Amino acid sequence: MATDVSTGNEIPQPESFSFDEESNQAIEKIVARYPAGKQASAVIPLLYIVQRQMKRQTGSAWVPTKGMDAVAERLGMAPIRVYEVATFYFMFNTRPIGKIHLQVCGTTPCWLRGSEEVFKACKDAAHVPGYGQTSADGLFTLTEVECLGGCVNAPILQVDDDYYEDLDYESTVRLIEALKRGERPAPGSVIGRQTSAPVGGPLTLIDVPGE
Amino acid sequence: MAKVTVDGIEVEVPNGVSVLQACEAAGKEIPRFCYHERLSVAGNCRMCLVEVEKAPKPIASCAYPVADGMKVFTDSEMVRKGRRGVMEFLLINHPLDCPICDQGGECDLQDQAVAYGLDKSRYLEEKRSVKDKYMGPLIKTIMTRCIQCTRCVRFATEVAGVPELGATNRGEGMEIGTYVEKALTTELSGNLIDICPVGALTSRPYAFVSRPWELRKTDSVDVLDATGTNIRVDARSGEVLRILPRTNDDVNEEWMADRGRFAFDGLKRRRLDRPWVKVDGKLKPATWAEAFGTIAARLKGLPGDRIGAVAGELADAESVVALRDLMGALGSRNLECRTDGAAIDASRREFYTFNTGIAGIEEADALLIIGSDVRREAPVINARIRKRATAGNFPIGFVGPQGLNLTYRHEWLGEGGEALRALAAGTHPFNEALRNAKRPMLILGRGALTRPDGAAVLAAAWKVAAENHMLQPEWNGFNLLHLFGGQVAPLDLGFVPQDGEAAISPQIQALWLLNAEVDPAAIPAGAFVIYQGHHGEAAAARADVILPGAAYTEKDATWVNTEGRVQRGRLAVYPPGEAREDWKIIRAASEALGKRLPYDSLEAVRARLAEANPVFAREGFIAHGITDLAGPAGDTGAVSDAPFTPVLTNYWQADPISRASATMAECAEIYLHHPQKQLAAE
Repeated sequence: MATDVSTGNEIPQPESFSFDEESNQAIEKIVARYPAGKQASAVIPLLYIVQRQMKRQTGSAWVPTKGMDAVAERLGMAPIRVYEVATFYFMFNTRPIGKIHLQVCGTTPCWLRGSEEVFKACKDAAHVPGYGQTSADGLFTLTEVECLGGCVNAPILQVDDDYYEDLDYESTVRLIEALKRGERPAPGSVIGRQTSAPVGGPLTLIDVPGE
Repeated sequence: MAKVTVDGIEVEVPNGVSVLQACEAAGKEIPRFCYHERLSVAGNCRMCLVEVEKAPKPIASCAYPVADGMKVFTDSEMVRKGRRGVMEFLLINHPLDCPICDQGGECDLQDQAVAYGLDKSRYLEEKRSVKDKYMGPLIKTIMTRCIQCTRCVRFATEVAGVPELGATNRGEGMEIGTYVEKALTTELSGNLIDICPVGALTSRPYAFVSRPWELRKTDSVDVLDATGTNIRVDARSGEVLRILPRTNDDVNEEWMADRGRFAFDGLKRRRLDRPWVKVDGKLKPATWAEAFGTIAARLKGLPGDRIGAVAGELADAESVVALRDLMGALGSRNLECRTDGAAIDASRREFYTFNTGIAGIEEADALLIIGSDVRREAPVINARIRKRATAGNFPIGFVGPQGLNLTYRHEWLGEGGEALRALAAGTHPFNEALRNAKRPMLILGRGALTRPDGAAVLAAAWKVAAENHMLQPEWNGFNLLHLFGGQVAPLDLGFVPQDGEAAISPQIQALWLLNAEVDPAAIPAGAFVIYQGHHGEAAAARADVILPGAAYTEKDATWVNTEGRVQRGRLAVYPPGEAREDWKIIRAASEALGKRLPYDSLEAVRARLAEANPVFAREGFIAHGITDLAGPAGDTGAVSDAPFTPVLTNYWQADPISRASATMAECAEIYLHHPQKQLAAE
C-alpha cells in the first residue's frame, strides 16, 4: 500500500480500477501518436485519463495505485516506472482530493501581484485550513502550485483545469461563492482584460501609419 | 584511440570511454558514489568532478566522454573545492550516525568524507528524515542515510531484471523504494547491500553483529549452487558471520545468489558434531575409535560387491577420491553420485559440463533452454544470460513451464517432450533461429534428466546441439546446468556404477553415504549404513554409524562447478565439536579396515586427485571446442510427452545447509507460503 509522503499515513485505495469506455477511446487516440515500441511515452497523458476518470466516477480527481498499475499494464511498463512519473509531477494527485481543486500559484510574479491575498480568500471562503488540505465538507482542496505560466495576468488561481486571472481578495471570494453554488464562471481574466493585453485596452500599435 | 593527459600522465584509451575510465587507466583514483562499472551511468552524485583544460566548469567524469588531446586534472584546486562542496551537500541530509551504522568501516561516504569532508557542519536547519522501507527479509533499510545514488534502482532493473525499485516523489521528498510495500522478488537481492555505497541498505541477518576490522577473511568458493561463485567468508572467533562475493569476471562477475550468501546460519544448527553408533536400534554418542571399530567389525568378511557407496551433492573432490580408493580396496564397484537419479552419461566430460563457460554466454548468439528454471537453479548465471539478452540479437527459446519469469524475454516453445522431439528432428520453427546463429548454445537442466526418460532427453538434447551448429571445433554450445557445487567432481572421478551395476541394489549389505541424502526407503532393510556428513536429515537417522564431517566453510577442499572449473575452497573456521575434514575421516577409516590409503597430507590427496583425473591438476576452466560429435547413449525418439517441471520448487531451502537456516526458513515462509506477507509492512 502506498503511503502519503507528507504524513506517512497509508492512503486508502479503491478495490480495483479499470478504464471505462470513454477512457479507452481517448487512450487509443493517444497511444496511436507514438511509434510502435515507444508507447511508454504516453504515460503522462494516460495518467491524466486515470485522474479524469476518477473525477467522473468518484468526484475526486486523483490517481490511485491501481490506476497507475492499469497504465503500466496498458503501456507494457514496469509499475514502478509509472509510480515514479505519477509521484514526480504535482499535477497528479496521489491521494483523494475534494470535488473542486483550487490551485494557487505562489511563484514570484503572482506573489508580487498579491497571491497571498488569493490564498487568504481561499482559506476564508472555502474554509480550508491551509495548503494541501481539504475543507470539512469535502468540496475544496487547496494546493500551492509552481508557476502556471500566466504571469502577465497574475495572480492566478487554477480551478480544476481552468485559469482565473487578475484576482484579488474580493474577486476570489466571489468566485468561490459561485463555485459553492455549483456555477462555473467563465474562465479568464476577472477584470475583463482581453487575453493578455494591457488593462483597459491596447497601448501600442494603435496608430498604424498610413491609416 | 584517444590520447588523454591525466595529471601529466599520458594514456591512450579507446574512443567513447569516460574521463573517469581514462583517469583510472592513468592510475588516478576518482571518488564516486553513483558510478558503478557494471551498471548504466547515472551521473547524479557529482562526486567524480575533475577539471578539464579549457572547460569553464568542473565536469562529472563518469558521464563525460574523452576526446583526443584532452588534458585532465584530478587534483587541482578547482577539483578539490568542487568535491568538498558536493560532499557538504551530500552530508546535509545524512544523519552522521556512523557509530550505530552497520556500514561503518566499509562505507564509501565515510571514507570519502575523510578526504573531502569538513570537520564541522555549516548547516543549522532541520535535516530531512525518511521512513524506512520494507524490502524483504534479507535487507534492512535505513532510508534517511540514503544519498540517492540510484545504484540499487539500476541494479534491480538492469542486472536482476526485476524493475521494482524506483525513486518516487521529487526534490526534498524524493525517496528510493518500491512505492507499494513489498519484498523484492529476486534471488540476487543481497547484492543491493554490496552496491549501496552508504548504510541505507544493509544486511538484516548481519545487523549489529560485527565491525569489518574484527573479521578474519578467507577466500573460498560457494557450493550451494553449481555456479561456483567466488566468495569471501568473514568469520570471528570460530563463527561464520557473513559471506560476500569476490570479483571473478569469468564466473560471477561480482554478484552472488541469496541462498549462498545468507544460508550460512544453517552451519550452526542441526550439525552432526560427534560420532554416533546405533546400539539396540538407537543412535548413541560414541568416540571415533568406537565408530571405526563398529565399521571394521561390520564390514569384515563382507564381499566387495555387497558394499556400496554414494556421494552426495555437497561432497568435495578430496573425500570422493578417498572414498573411491577405499571402495576399490574393499573390492566394491558399486559407486553412485547421482542421488537425484539424473541420467547423466559420465563417459565423456562434454556430456555433463557447461561447456560454453559462463563468460562464454556473452559470445553466444542464440540460446535454447531445456527443462531448466535457470533463474532459481543458478541466479548468477541467469544474470549473465540477461546481460547477453539485453545486449540484443539473442533469440532465446525455452522448453518448460509456460509463463515462467526468467527476467528476460524468451520464446516459449512447448511444455514437454514433443517440443524437444521436434527440435531434435529439426522441424521446429526455432531450429531456424539456431541454424541462422553462428554460435548457438543450449542449456539443459539437470532436473530434466531425472525423468524416467532422462537418458533419451540427454541424447535428444545432444542431437539438437550436434545438428544445429552448436558443436564446432572452436565452440561447444552444449551445456548441462547442475544444481550444487559438489555434483561435477564425483562425475570427473568416475564415481558411478561400474559394469552397469546399481550402487543401491537389494544385494547391498553395507552402504557408505558421503553427504548423500538418500531416501531411507530405497536402502535395503538389513543393510549396514554409514552416514558421513555435516547435517543430519532422514538418511542420517537411518544410519548405523554417523561420522561427523566438515561443511564447505570448514575445510580446504576442491570443488568443480557446472562449467567443470576446478576451484579451491579454504578453511575459514574449524569444524564444530569432533567433526573432521572428510578425506581425513575416510583415511582414518581405511586404517581401521586394514586398507590403509597411501596419503597423509592434503598435498598427497591432491596429487592423487590429479592422478585420478588430470583436470584436477590445475585450477580454472579452459574454453574448448569439440570435434568428436558422437553423442551419449539413449534413444532420442523415446522422449515422452511429459512436461518439464522445475526441479527446485523451493529455492530457499534446497540443500541440507539452507534447510537448517533460520534466515532461509523466513524467506521460504514469506516468498512461498505467504505471498500476502510480502505486502505487509514490517
